[in-house]
Amino acid sequence: MAILVLLDHEAGLIKQPSRSAIAAGAQLGEVHALLAGHELAAAAAAAARIQGVAKVLVADQALLAHPIAEPLADLLISLAPGYTHILAASTSVGKSVIPRAAALLDAQSISDVSAVLGSDRFVRPIYAGNALATVRSLDPIKLLTIRAASFDPAPAEGGSATIEAVTPSAPSARAASFVSQAVAHSDRPELAAARVVISGGRGMGSAANFALLEPVADALRAAIGASRAAVDSGYAPNDFQVGQTGKVVAPELYIAVGISGAIQHLAGMKDSKFIVAINKDPDAPIFVVADYGLVADLFAALPELKSELERA
Amino acid sequence: MKLLVPVKRVVDFNIKVRVKSDHSGVETTGVKMSMNPFDEIAVEEAIRLKEKGFATEIIVVSAGVAQCTETLRTALAMGADRGVLIETDVALEPLAVAKLLKAIVEREQPGLVILGKQAIDDDMNATGQMLAALLGWPQATFASAIAVAGDRLEVTREIDGGLETLSLSLPAIVTADLRLNEPRYASLPNIMKARKKTIETVTPAALGVDPAPRLIVESVAEPPERKAGVKVSSVAELVQKLKTEAKVI
Repeated sequence: MAILVLLDHEAGLIKQPSRSAIAAGAQLGEVHALLAGHELAAAAAAAARIQGVAKVLVADQALLAHPIAEPLADLLISLAPGYTHILAASTSVGKSVIPRAAALLDAQSISDVSAVLGSDRFVRPIYAGNALATVRSLDPIKLLTIRAASFDPAPAEGGSATIEAVTPSAPSARAASFVSQAVAHSDRPELAAARVVISGGRGMGSAANFALLEPVADALRAAIGASRAAVDSGYAPNDFQVGQTGKVVAPELYIAVGISGAIQHLAGMKDSKFIVAINKDPDAPIFVVADYGLVADLFAALPELKSELERA
Repeated sequence: MKLLVPVKRVVDFNIKVRVKSDHSGVETTGVKMSMNPFDEIAVEEAIRLKEKGFATEIIVVSAGVAQCTETLRTALAMGADRGVLIETDVALEPLAVAKLLKAIVEREQPGLVILGKQAIDDDMNATGQMLAALLGWPQATFASAIAVAGDRLEVTREIDGGLETLSLSLPAIVTADLRLNEPRYASLPNIMKARKKTIETVTPAALGVDPAPRLIVESVAEPPERKAGVKVSSVAELVQKLKTEAKVI
C-alpha cells in the first residue's frame, strides 16, 4: 500500500509546500502524487520530475478547474481504498479538503504535522506552537496535513514517475461554485516558500512607511511579511500576515522590523534558521528569539541596511 | 431561517500556556477560560445576519464539561437566542464534535451553520469541514465576508496569496476567519437578559453518538528553546555578521 499526496498547483507548476508534503510522505512509504484540475499536462510533467514520486495520478475535469473542497474530497475517498495515508500540505486547499475527506472515511484527520515518528505516530504544534503534541492514530487510514516549514521540500527535478489518468466519481454532495479570485501577483518570492523574509509590524507606523521595506526586500530578493498588528492597522494586506492565524514561515533569514514579538507572531516564524530583529524598544520580546538584535530607529536603520546590503 | 453557531470553551488567548510536568497536556486548572476567539466572530456574524433579517433565530451549541454553560451565556449575552449544552467529560476531537453537531442540526434544521475556523487550543481547523462532509452540505472555510445573494450566499475566503469568492446553496457550512468582523462586547442589560434565556442540556448518548477519541495523546512537550542571540551595535555590524557568521547573505 502506498501514500497518496494531493498536490497544490498553479499555472503548470507544483507549489513548494506540496513538495514538503511529498518529503513527509516519503518517510511513510511509496508516494503517489494526485493532481486534480483541468488542462494538467504541464503540471503532470512537473509532478513526475519531483524526486520521491513513484506515480502521478491525474484527475483532469472541468469541474475540478478550481480547487473546490467538495469534489476534491470525493476524489480522495474514491482513491482511499488503495492507500494507508492521504496527505496534503497545510495550505488553504489542504486544510479545507483533508478534514472533509477524513469525516467521509470516519477518520480523525491530523492537522499541521511537523514530524513523522512512524506510520501511526506524528508530532503537531498545539496552542499556537507553544506546545508540541505527539499523537498516535487509531484509525485504519490516516489523513494528514503537513506543515511545510518542518520538512525540506523534495527536489523538483530528478524523478521520473509514471503518469496515470484517474476518473473522478460523480459528485456525492451539493458543492460550492467558484465565483471569482483575487490573487495578488508580485515579482517577489512567495512568502511561505521564500529563502529570506522581511516583515514589518506596528512600528512601521503607516501604509506609506511600510513601503520602506521594499528596497531592502529587493536587495535581499526577499518576500515581505507583516505582523497581525500591521495587517489590522491597514499597513499591509491580509495575505502578508505571518503568525499562528496567518502564514507559518521558516526561511533561512527572517528580519522582523518594528515588530514587538507577540506570541501569535512568534508562532509563525520562530523556526526560521536566523532571526534578525530591528526595534527601538530594547525590551521588546522579539529580541528573546532573535539571533541578531539591533536596537535602533527603523526609519534610520532601513535605508542604511539597504545601502550596506548593496555594498556587501 | 435558523442559524446554528457552535462555540468552544478554551484557554483565554492572552494566557501563555504551560506544559504539565508529567507531559500529559497543558495546565488548565485555575487558568482563565474564554470563548474561542474565532467562535466569537462566528456568533457576531450570525447576529448581524439576524439584524439584516436573513435569520430569525440563533442557536448556540457547546460540547464539553458543565462549565461550557458560561461560554454559552457569553454568546447569549452577545445576542444569540438560546443554547444547547452537549455535556460530556470526554476530551472531544473534531470528528466527535462534528457527529454531535450533526445530530443537533438534524433536530433543529438550521439553514446555515457558522463555526470558527479553528480552536486556539488544539489548532485542528477541522470541525466545520467535517460537519459539512457528514451532512453532505457545501462548505466555505476561512470566510472574510458573507453576502446574501437571493437564496444563496456569496462567501469571500482568505486563501493562500489572496481572496476567493464562492457561491453556496443553502443549507451550508461557513467557517469564520479573523477579518470577517469585529465581535461586539455584551452590554450589561444584555448580560442580565441572557440569564433568562434557556440552555438545554443533552448528552452524547442521547444524541446516539460515541465520542471516543481516535487519537491517543502520547505526550505534550515544550517546543525547543532558541538559544539567546546577541545584540549588534550598528547596521554595518549586522550585515557583517549575516555575511561572515550566519552566511545567509
